[in-house]
Amino acid sequence: MSHAEDFDSDRRDFLYYATAGVGTVLTGAAIWPLIDQMNPSADVKALSSIRVPIDGVEVGTQLTVKWRGKPVFIRRRDQDDIERARKTKIEDLPDPLARNANLPPDAPATDENRTLDEKGEWLVEMGVCTHLGCVPLGGKSGDFGGWFCPCHGSHYDSAGRIRKGPAPENLPIPVATFIDENTIKLG
Amino acid sequence: MIRKLTATVLTTLALSTGSVFAAGAGGHTEDVAFPFEGPFGTYDKLQLQRGLKVYTEVCAACHGLKYVPFRTLSDPGGPELPEDWVRAYAAQFEVPDDGEDAEPGDTRPAKLTDHFPESADPNAPDLSLMAKARAGFHGPEGTGINQLIKGIGGPEHIYSILTGYTGEEKEEAGTTFYENTAFPSGWISMPPPLFGEDVEFDDGAPNDLHSEARDLAAFLMWAAEPKMMARKKAGFVAVIMLVILSSLLYLTNKTLWMPVKKQAKEAAKKA
Amino acid sequence: MSGIPHDHYEPKTSFERWLDQRLPILRLLYDTIMIPTPKNLNWMWIWGIVLVFCLALQIVTGIVLAMHYTPHVDLAFASVEHIMRNVNAGYMLRYLHANGASLFFFAVYVHIFRGLYYGSYKSPREVTWIIGMLIYLAMMATAFMGYVLPWGQMSFWGATVITGLFGAIPWVGEALQTWLLGGPAVDNPTLNRFFSLHYLLPFVIAALVALHIWAFHTTGNSNPAGVEVRRSSKEEAKRDTLPFWPYFVIKDLFALAVVLLVFFAIVGFMPNYLGHPDNYIEANPLVTPAHIVPEWYFLPFYAILRAFTADVWVVQLANWITGGIINAKFFGVLAMFGSIIVMLLVPWLDTSRVRSGRYRPMFKWWFALLVFDFIVLTWAGAMPPEPPYSTIALIGAAYWFAYFLIILPLLGVIEKPLPQPGTIEEDFIAHYGGANDTPAE
Repeated sequence: MSHAEDFDSDRRDFLYYATAGVGTVLTGAAIWPLIDQMNPSADVKALSSIRVPIDGVEVGTQLTVKWRGKPVFIRRRDQDDIERARKTKIEDLPDPLARNANLPPDAPATDENRTLDEKGEWLVEMGVCTHLGCVPLGGKSGDFGGWFCPCHGSHYDSAGRIRKGPAPENLPIPVATFIDENTIKLG
Repeated sequence: MIRKLTATVLTTLALSTGSVFAAGAGGHTEDVAFPFEGPFGTYDKLQLQRGLKVYTEVCAACHGLKYVPFRTLSDPGGPELPEDWVRAYAAQFEVPDDGEDAEPGDTRPAKLTDHFPESADPNAPDLSLMAKARAGFHGPEGTGINQLIKGIGGPEHIYSILTGYTGEEKEEAGTTFYENTAFPSGWISMPPPLFGEDVEFDDGAPNDLHSEARDLAAFLMWAAEPKMMARKKAGFVAVIMLVILSSLLYLTNKTLWMPVKKQAKEAAKKA
Repeated sequence: MSGIPHDHYEPKTSFERWLDQRLPILRLLYDTIMIPTPKNLNWMWIWGIVLVFCLALQIVTGIVLAMHYTPHVDLAFASVEHIMRNVNAGYMLRYLHANGASLFFFAVYVHIFRGLYYGSYKSPREVTWIIGMLIYLAMMATAFMGYVLPWGQMSFWGATVITGLFGAIPWVGEALQTWLLGGPAVDNPTLNRFFSLHYLLPFVIAALVALHIWAFHTTGNSNPAGVEVRRSSKEEAKRDTLPFWPYFVIKDLFALAVVLLVFFAIVGFMPNYLGHPDNYIEANPLVTPAHIVPEWYFLPFYAILRAFTADVWVVQLANWITGGIINAKFFGVLAMFGSIIVMLLVPWLDTSRVRSGRYRPMFKWWFALLVFDFIVLTWAGAMPPEPPYSTIALIGAAYWFAYFLIILPLLGVIEKPLPQPGTIEEDFIAHYGGANDTPAE
């Protein structure tokens, strides 16, 4: 086999590999939009962060808003709620973790770690029972003056912490901040 | 023979099949040079912002933009207005209240995620897609060549309508019609919306009738086709990649067939 | 599968032998992909691959669009806008699907005319041809129903006009039309069933495509010379053919890449050029657009439909003979379907024993005139139905029928064909024997 033929066959192989490579890359690039279209669309993404006006919420009442397809409880607690929650000792809690998305995952479940403001007036939590996903009945229900899930009888206290029943964890606290004193931003 | 025929078919079909022929002729459309034209044209965000201002202060009194969400005013490639500004802007508009204890007919201030309201006047068409729903250029003789060269001419048509009033009016069956050189029938029921100096632009751009009409037409083009920049970019990348791929495939094909053709040549020599 | 003698699949590993005894799928794939293909195929034989690609593109983008589309009269238009504005790459998927239909029809027309010129429909390939025409009919139904889905003005009024054709059928027409629409007019039931059928038919087309390929793999491909591959021995067949892989796969892929280059330029830079602006206005049953025009690929047949008005003597004669049963409206419908049926019957209408138009000196010119006629009809279908366009459409329609019913049968009798090459090998050598490297014509 002559030198020239070697060179030619090398060149030919390179050409074949280059063609196959570019073809594969292009096919892959064409497939990506077909997969990506199943990801949340722009209108869904725009709702991943919402602003909730809270100026109409009286002390001792609760506002339920839908966020990311699930209910969020925004409760303006009265003095009784706050005192009961702050007196509770961590040792009495089945779940000792705060479950607060705004804090590190190992933060303890003190009432201060659960509420949005320092005074403890505002409690923002997901209204989804950690047992099997029912919506607990709110305000001052159950044996601990908080929420009671009618599905399987889980009792949460006035800080949304699980106290009795099958639910394993405290009601989770979503990412939330005050934009101003009348508006809370979720997400 | 067949190859010549194919070439003829290709060109003729390409030329004769524009959306052109259908939309009625009549009405003169001015060809305006917009910055978003051509394969590399982009929207001018300041122009879109000025157009939005004309829309807000003039058109929105009667017309709606019901397919356009407010949030897209901050999207890249569009007017790119700051989110806080858009939030405050949206709050000027009232939209139907969808809250749990809202009565039918209740309204609330619009949020970022809401769309622009529908037309306030039921006779005023929604403007969301107006720039794509009209063809400014036609023909000649149903061949579609004009559209191939100048574009379909939607925003140009809007510009020409806004600047095409002659001042004449007539009354027919209780409706007033205004003479307009761009409208297909020559008489339009929309009273002249712009006269020049209707709005003050924040960037100090000229606000004569023609500038306002051009800025508004550009804004409505964006409203109708907000993804135009992304689309052109994707098209450009696809074309480049396919040029590379087809060149490689051409060479591969040539190399592959070389021995076969060589054999044929030798056979021909022998014969 | 093919009648041409060639090397067959030999299982190489023990797994392949094991599988081959249970499900000979690798054998099927091998025999399909390695089919001996006439080596003289020219660039007009690439459109099959383009069409397969189009079908795949339409099915894939269609399935994806259906994930975001809502087939309800109140929501359909808005859901399309949702796709255009919100869905990730939705604008691209929708423009690909809309323009994909145009590419599909462009390719199918070139493919059909290639068949007509090279006599691909002649014995023994009649079944391939008929299945092809059935695919074309299914494509028309699919495209028509797909165009209704965005629920724009042209969607609505196109659906109203085309379903009105069925209403022209004597006695049962009105009942048939009501049955099609699910009510007295185009409305939500129509939209729902069109969505369902638009989703179903492409899979019917895919099945027909499999039959189409099976049929011509049985007879072997036709080719530009119109002479058959020699089949007496494997060695002889090998001198006329090359395996489909890699020779024709690579060639077809190159052609496909070039076609897609043009296609993506249109999708990227002028995606609305082939569409109609009125379809960006939501459907309104109370306002009819000034001119109702179908998409470009239906225009030739739309022109034939409109050409036969009540003042044409053929129509008057038909009306008089049938005692008024065939009126102008029904005649137009018959003419439109007839223009496709004559294509379906062409294997038996063409009396010439020479396949390829290359060796038919008179046929060439009549064929060129048919291509020109098709373009004129496309153009006339888009113009308003008034003189001179209506007269042009009538002449065009008349030639269409004359070509299939009069010219083709007569030509076979009176024409003196040119000498044909003895074998495909001879034809191939004649083309590549010269100094120039240009591909076969």
